[in-house]
Amino acid sequence: MSLRMPEPDRATLARRAQIIAALSAIVPGEGVIAEPDALRAYESDGLTAYRQMPLVVVLPETTDQVARILRWCCANSVKIVPRGSGTSLSGGALPLEDAVLLGMSRFNRVLEVDYANRVAVVQPGVTNLAVTEAVRERGFYYAPDPSSQIACSIGGNVAENSGGVHCLKYGLTTNNVLGVELVLMSGEVVRLGGKGLDSAGYDLLGVVVGSEGMLGVVTEVTVRILPEPATARALLIGFSSVEDAGRCVGAVIAAGIIPAGMEMMDKLAIHAAEAFVGAGYPLDVEVLLIVELDGPQAECEHLIEAVSAIARRCNAATLSASQNEEQRLAFWAGRKAAFPAVGRISPDYYCMDGTIPRRALPEVLARLRELSASYHLRVANVFHAGDGNLHPLILYDANKPGELEQAEAFGADILRLCVKVGGVLTGEHGVGVEKRDLMPEMFNPVDLAHQESLKCAFDPGLLLNPGKVFPTLHRCAELGRMHVHAGRTPFPDLERF
Amino acid sequence: METPTLIEPRDAHDVVDAIRDVARSHGALQVCGAGSKDGVGGVVQATHRLDLTALRGVIDYAPSELVITARAGTALEEIETLLASEDQMLAFEPMDYGPLSGAAPGRATLGGVLAANTSGPRRIASGAARDHFLGFEAVSGRGESFKAGGRVVKNVTGYDLPKLMCGSWGTLAVLTEVTIKVVPRARTAATVLIAGLADPDAAAAMSRATGSSAVITGAAHLPARVTQSIPVPKLASAGTSVTALRLEGFGPSVAARIESLRLLCSQFGPVAVADDDDTRALWRFVRDAGPFAGDDRALWRISVAPMDGWKVAADVQDAAADWFFDWAGGLVWLAVPAGGDACASVIHQSASRLGGHATLVRAPVPVRNAVGGFPRQAAGVAALCQRVKSMFDPDGILNPGRMAIAQHPS
Repeated sequence: MSLRMPEPDRATLARRAQIIAALSAIVPGEGVIAEPDALRAYESDGLTAYRQMPLVVVLPETTDQVARILRWCCANSVKIVPRGSGTSLSGGALPLEDAVLLGMSRFNRVLEVDYANRVAVVQPGVTNLAVTEAVRERGFYYAPDPSSQIACSIGGNVAENSGGVHCLKYGLTTNNVLGVELVLMSGEVVRLGGKGLDSAGYDLLGVVVGSEGMLGVVTEVTVRILPEPATARALLIGFSSVEDAGRCVGAVIAAGIIPAGMEMMDKLAIHAAEAFVGAGYPLDVEVLLIVELDGPQAECEHLIEAVSAIARRCNAATLSASQNEEQRLAFWAGRKAAFPAVGRISPDYYCMDGTIPRRALPEVLARLRELSASYHLRVANVFHAGDGNLHPLILYDANKPGELEQAEAFGADILRLCVKVGGVLTGEHGVGVEKRDLMPEMFNPVDLAHQESLKCAFDPGLLLNPGKVFPTLHRCAELGRMHVHAGRTPFPDLERF
Repeated sequence: METPTLIEPRDAHDVVDAIRDVARSHGALQVCGAGSKDGVGGVVQATHRLDLTALRGVIDYAPSELVITARAGTALEEIETLLASEDQMLAFEPMDYGPLSGAAPGRATLGGVLAANTSGPRRIASGAARDHFLGFEAVSGRGESFKAGGRVVKNVTGYDLPKLMCGSWGTLAVLTEVTIKVVPRARTAATVLIAGLADPDAAAAMSRATGSSAVITGAAHLPARVTQSIPVPKLASAGTSVTALRLEGFGPSVAARIESLRLLCSQFGPVAVADDDDTRALWRFVRDAGPFAGDDRALWRISVAPMDGWKVAADVQDAAADWFFDWAGGLVWLAVPAGGDACASVIHQSASRLGGHATLVRAPVPVRNAVGGFPRQAAGVAALCQRVKSMFDPDGILNPGRMAIAQHPS
């Protein structure tokens, strides 16, 4: 692995037996995993290029157990890495050699569905899709739908602020979570938010969502549930040029339409997806756009007509509208299978996640083609066109010496490009370990020091998920001195966004 | 207390200088935009008043990207006018606190709206200011300029500090430049009205409507006692309570949803439909707590689960109290006589028992000093907030007293 993690603490490694005994006293029976063969299942998350065996895995079942584990670890200066289903694409749950891996999979119950207040209270290990399944019989659903929704957990969604193809219209996790129960590294249990819409005092819930498991361990989540739209229809639109497709997306927004989903695929992604699932995609177009419209039937009909007219004005080469649910799902089948489809045409692929201003799309794709040529690595592009979130998939072969490093370097160049055109390093996958060392591309030391200040307020010993998000995590006392230093130094040319 | 010395920064560097100067002299700053929310919460104890209205102007607005970046002191009206010229709007529908304190409407600044996490009736469908705040530049209480978030609608790079700023009432940092998400303007609007419902029945009706697929973008209930000043004559003169359900969107969609909603609502009571103009007037009135503009009672803003709002109102057994409900019942605007503790004790206890909280948004200064403005929090959360405050503003120079916690037995 080409990634530097914090130097393991030798004293902790030497105390392994003592740590296992302490954890076993808190979580009896099968809840503590220490055998190497069993630990191997936890050595990586969805970012499989990086692997590390954890010190030990503990699988608590109750908030009280979590609190006691954290309290003991805090008192004994033992690090903790929390983990949900382990589907992170940024290495957010990558273990550390000297840290306890805290698996939340046993927190798997839906605790309450309150239809009158339109909320559900669930444990963090419940999968994203299971929330929708729990409320579907009454015509409700949980809106954020990351593509890993069959496996990913709500606790992980909270940690990563996960999105999905519908987030332009329905928001990310942060817009759909109303409250959490959180265990701090000290072992203290706090409740943030609740069933009401506004929080009191500082919006700590707002910063816990998306904090990548570094501020606390979530043990209960209250989410908003929404009535399912009466109807949904999709348009499948092919274009001969990226420019036309980009214009079409802009024109849809300009017409006042916020589609439920608006997804773009480039030629390599189209061909890979079609070869995999036979969705019926046109193969002679450069770009494919899927536009989903939902709502009352009258609205759907109206918008299907409106978007079709816009597409024709933007030189659509092909255009079809779903006539039934089966066809709508077929339009999506290729897009939803795009990642595994690319996995079939290459031994390995590396998925990037920058966001760009949509207007920069033609420029960015052109530059990607140049980079692809210079790195001698192919790239397929899948794009959440509505919100500018670009997923270039870099095709490589880990068995060829140096190719992983080349793919990483290519990926870093892509993310630098995203920042350069006014975008950001990550739209939905999180910083994790993957983009950690690129943070200075977006933030200067003073910006990062303020983010780390928040970390210090929650976890002054820096024991929770260290080595993630920040290129260098300063000790909290050191951070204070840094602030003083920064305070004396004029910054006449602070970096802008 | 002496009148604070006025400081009017022209740019972020001036803000840095102001904060460092005040810190050196062991003073404190009252951070404000146009002051339309000066009466909310606790009374600020400061040596200097930092007026940010000169930090104004739109920096970047790309309608097709759905984002706008502006200096924090830019007038909200200027932003909303510019957005309207491109058929766009702020989804969170920020209320105007000005008229509640007898001030002129339309004075709020964008920075103030975000610092207070101000939102309106569309909160139930589209979220609050916090849900649309994408990025910022600010100067913390440490006198350091820093930025967080970004200028695109989808971003998870680093901690979501815009959320922390939103609702911190200028006690952690002074916003200098902000980026927010905007959305297309609703092309048409209509309101389905049910007459004569009692508070609990209205809560049930609003729950049914918001739980249907009609996509409600506003759900409010005004008891008969507060309907006289509704700027829609036929509602003001009817003498009955009004339960209002707003529909917005494209014409054919709104037309279809009116019919499905009318059917659903008719089981609760007599139903009528308000047109586009009446809808806009009614919801502006609801947004700005219109029933309580221009009177001198103390005013509470209480957030609970939608089905619990009416219970808070029922707990306040004061014949001179009035109230109405927004957010499908989950937001209670409650006016009580301004004497004594302004019902602080009973209101905090009721809200807290129901898992919600209450904020004092208007009261005479002695009452504000006596009861604080913001709700007391559980000890662990309060300690966490205090640690966050001490990291961002270690000397406590930003808006001291603004988020004063209610002193009441819990």
